[in-house]
Amino acid sequence: MTQPLHLGHSRPRKEGRAKVTGAAHYTDDVRMEGLLHGATVRSPVPRGILRGIQFGDGIPWNEFVIVTAKDVPGDPMVALIEHDQPFLVADRINHAEEAVLLLAHEDRFLLERARAAVRLEIEALPPLLDLEDSLACKEVVWGQDNLFKELLIEKGEVDSVWKTAAHIVEGEYRTGAQEQLYIEPNGTIAVADAGGVTVWGSLQCPYYVHKAIKSLFNLSDDQVRIIQMETGGGFGGKEDYPSLIAGHAALLSMKAGGRPVKIIYDREEDMVATTKRHPSRTRIRSAFDTEGTLLALDLDFAIDGGAYVTLTPVVLSRGAIHAGGPYRCANTRIHARAVATNTPPHGAFRGFGAPQSLFAIERHMDVAAAQLGMDPIALRKRNLLKMGDTTATGQIIKETLDLPGILDRALEKLDYVSKKHQYDITNRASAPIKKGVGFAVFMHGCGFTGAGETYLASVAGVEGRSDGKVYVLAASTEIGQGTNTMFSQVVAEALRVPMECVEVAQPDTAVVPNSGPTVASRTCMVVGKLVQDAAQGLRQTLVQSGLLPEPYDGEAFSRAVKAYLEKFGRLKAYSQYSTPPHIVWDDQLYKGDAYTTFAWACYAAEVIVDTRTFEVKVEDFVALQEVGRVLNPVLAEGQIEGGVAQGIGYGLSEQVVWNNGRMANGQMTNYIMATSADLPRIRVYFEENPYALGPGGAKGIGELPMDGPAPALLNAVQHALGTTLPREIPLTPERLMEILEPSNA
Amino acid sequence: MARLLDVIREELDLTGTKEGCGEGECGACSVFLDGKLVNSCLVPAAQAQGAELRTIEGVADGEQLHGVQAAFLECGGAQCGICTPGMVMAAVDLLRRCPQPDEAQIRDGLAGNLCRCTGYVKIVDSVASAAKRAVAVAEQALQAGAGANP
Repeated sequence: MTQPLHLGHSRPRKEGRAKVTGAAHYTDDVRMEGLLHGATVRSPVPRGILRGIQFGDGIPWNEFVIVTAKDVPGDPMVALIEHDQPFLVADRINHAEEAVLLLAHEDRFLLERARAAVRLEIEALPPLLDLEDSLACKEVVWGQDNLFKELLIEKGEVDSVWKTAAHIVEGEYRTGAQEQLYIEPNGTIAVADAGGVTVWGSLQCPYYVHKAIKSLFNLSDDQVRIIQMETGGGFGGKEDYPSLIAGHAALLSMKAGGRPVKIIYDREEDMVATTKRHPSRTRIRSAFDTEGTLLALDLDFAIDGGAYVTLTPVVLSRGAIHAGGPYRCANTRIHARAVATNTPPHGAFRGFGAPQSLFAIERHMDVAAAQLGMDPIALRKRNLLKMGDTTATGQIIKETLDLPGILDRALEKLDYVSKKHQYDITNRASAPIKKGVGFAVFMHGCGFTGAGETYLASVAGVEGRSDGKVYVLAASTEIGQGTNTMFSQVVAEALRVPMECVEVAQPDTAVVPNSGPTVASRTCMVVGKLVQDAAQGLRQTLVQSGLLPEPYDGEAFSRAVKAYLEKFGRLKAYSQYSTPPHIVWDDQLYKGDAYTTFAWACYAAEVIVDTRTFEVKVEDFVALQEVGRVLNPVLAEGQIEGGVAQGIGYGLSEQVVWNNGRMANGQMTNYIMATSADLPRIRVYFEENPYALGPGGAKGIGELPMDGPAPALLNAVQHALGTTLPREIPLTPERLMEILEPSNA
Repeated sequence: MARLLDVIREELDLTGTKEGCGEGECGACSVFLDGKLVNSCLVPAAQAQGAELRTIEGVADGEQLHGVQAAFLECGGAQCGICTPGMVMAAVDLLRRCPQPDEAQIRDGLAGNLCRCTGYVKIVDSVASAAKRAVAVAEQALQAGAGANP
C-alpha cells in the first residue's frame, strides 16, 4: 500500500493566509450599492398578546421601510421540523425578544434611534419559565401538555432489579443554558426582487436557509440562492437561527423594492435573542451488586426547549441515547422529555444534548463510587463497554474498543493516582487551599442520530475547472473547524496530487449540491467520505480517457484536466450517501444502531479550590481520545483544545442569568468565558484506530471535546472537598459557597 | 458619534478590523493608534485626529507576512479567523514590549483578546514560535554582518 501523501499530515489552513492578513471576507465586510441596514423590534415581555404598535415622535418614519407579519407573502412560520415559529409575531408573543417588527434605513445610527422609538402595546400573560413548572403543566403554552417530544429507551427489566440489589444510588443533576459566543455575531444580507431571493450570510447550513426562504416567499428551488460568507464561528448557534435573520432581511428587501438589506446583530442582541444550549435536569436511579457491577439504570432526562420546537426533538434524541454513558447495563430505562417554556428557543450547541446527559451519568458514577466505598476507576472498569457489548439502544459494539486502556493512559498522563494519594493527605490539613483530581469517560456518536443520515441522503462532488484545478462541491461550511483544509487533503490524496491542485468552492446553493447541514461531527466522516469517493471517480474518468498517463505530477494532472474539458466540456463527479447495510435503526422503538460509530475518550483534570473565595482553578487538563485516524494533527488538536475550553466554561463559569425569561447578562463583560490567562495548557492525546467507513479511517471529532470537561472538573472538586454535593453546572463561586456555607448563602 | 472602528471599517474600507462585542471586551477591533494598542470600538473617532493609525492591513510587508502572521499560519493559531486580526495585533504589541516572553507572559499579554475556537493553546504556540523565529532571524543577520565585515 502506498504511503499517504497528505492524510495524517498537518497541512496549513487553506484559507489561513486570508485570515491572518485580515483579507478574509465576512458578512459585515460586504459593501453593496444602495444598501439599507435592517433592525428588529422585539418583545420586552415573555408572553402576551400584541394589541398595537405605536411609532414615537421625532423620527422621519416615511423614510423607513417597515415590515410586520402582515407583509409575509408565504408561510409565516420558519420551515424546520415543525412549522410553529413565526418569522414575526402576528398576535401571540411566546418569548422575550421575539421579533415583532422590522425596520430598514440607510443610516444605521438613525435606525437605532427609530428602533428605540417604537412602542409595543402588549397585554401580558403569565409566563412559564421553569422546566419543572412546564412538566407539571402549571401553564400550558404549547400544544395540550407543553411536551415537544417524549422518548422511551428500554432494555431488560429495570424494575426486577431494585429489590435484590446490594446498592441503590440515586442522584439529580442539573445543567444550565450556555451561549455559543462565536466572536462574529449573527448577520445576513438579502436581496429580494422579481427574480427571487439571494442571501449572503454567516451560517452553517445553506440548505436550511434555502428551505426556509422558499417557503416564506413561495418560491421554487432555483429562485432562491444562499451563499455562505466567511463565518466567524458557529458551534451550532448558526445552524437554524440564520433562517430567521435571512427571512427578516429578505422581507425588508422585498418591501424596499429589491434594495439589498443587511442585518448584523450587535453582541447583546445576539446573546439575548438567539439560541443557547438547552438547560437540563437528569434524575438517575442505579443499582449495583456488592462488587460494583451495574445492574440497572433508570434515567429521567428532561430539557427545556424554550418557546418553539426548532431542533429540540433531535437534541433530546442525542441526549437520551448518550444518557447511559459508556457502560454495559443489562437493565436500562431512559425516559426523556423536552418541554416548552416562554424563553427564547434553545437550539444547537456543540454536543447537542450529549454534554447534558453525559454530565449527569459521569458525575453520578463518582457519587456512586463514594456511596459504595469504591475507587471511581475500579467502579468504572467493572462496567465499561467493550467489543461485543450492547449499548442502551441495543447497538452491538462491533469495533475494537479498549476503554480501560484509554482510561489508564489518560490518568497516567495526569499522574492521577499519585496525585490522588498525595492530595488525600494534604487536603486533611486546615489550609484553605484544597486540591483534587477527577476524570470522565465518555463517547460521542458520529454523524446524524438514528436514521438521520439515511433521510438526508447527502450529495457531494468534485469538479475540474478551466484553471486546471479540482474544486470540492459541498454545502458543508468552513466555520473555523478546518473543513476547507480537510476536504482539500482528502481530495488531493484521492487524486494523488499536491494540495495546490485542489480548491473548495464557496458554499452557494446555485453551485454546490446539498451535502447536508454542517453539524453532528459529520463533515469529515460522512461528507469527507463522499468527497473522497467523488474524487476517486474523477481520477478514474481522467485515467480512462487516456489524458492522464501514470505516473503524473501536479502539472501533468492540471494539463489533463484542461485537456479533458476542451475535449468533453465538463468534468464532474458526485457521490451520494447510502446507509451501510449492517446499520439498522428502529425509530419507533428507539432500538438499534443509533450511530454508525462512536468516538471514545477519557478526560482528566486537576483543580485547585480556594475555600475562602470559592474559586475553582483548572491546574492541569488531559484530553485523551480515540477518533479513528487523525487526518490533520494540528487541526484535530485545535478542535479538541477549543472544545475543552468551551467545556471548562460550561462546567465552571458560563452562567446565563435569567430575569423574567430574558438573559440578564447578555454581554461579554458579565457572561464569563475563559481568557488565555484563565486556562492551563490543554494537553491533547490521540489513540488511532482506523474506522473502515471514514475517509482515511477518520471518525467525527468536533463535538466530542464538549462532553467530558464538566463532569471531570466536578469530580475533581468532589475529590478536593470530600463532598458529593456539587451536582449542578456551572459551578460558579456563588454556587460553591451555597454548598460549603449554606448558612451564609 | 462615530467610533474609530466605524471610520476604519466604513470610511477607510479597511474591513480586516472586526467588531466582536462593541464594549472593549473581546479585542477583535485592536489597532495601533500612535503605536499604542487600543480597542477601536472604545475610541471616539474625533480622538484619532492627527494620530498615526496602523491596522491589520498594515502588518504584512506587501506579500511578505509578518513573523507573527506566518507563525499563526504554521502553528494553527487561526481557526474561524474573526479574532485573528486583533490577536495578531496584540501579539505584535506583546513581542515589542517583551521580545522573549515565557508562556505565562504570553497568556497574560493576550488576555485582552477573546478566542472561542482554539482554547488559546495554538495561539500561545504561535506567539512563542514567532519570538523564536525573530531571534533566529536576528542571529542570521548578525552572522551575515560579521561575515561581510571581518
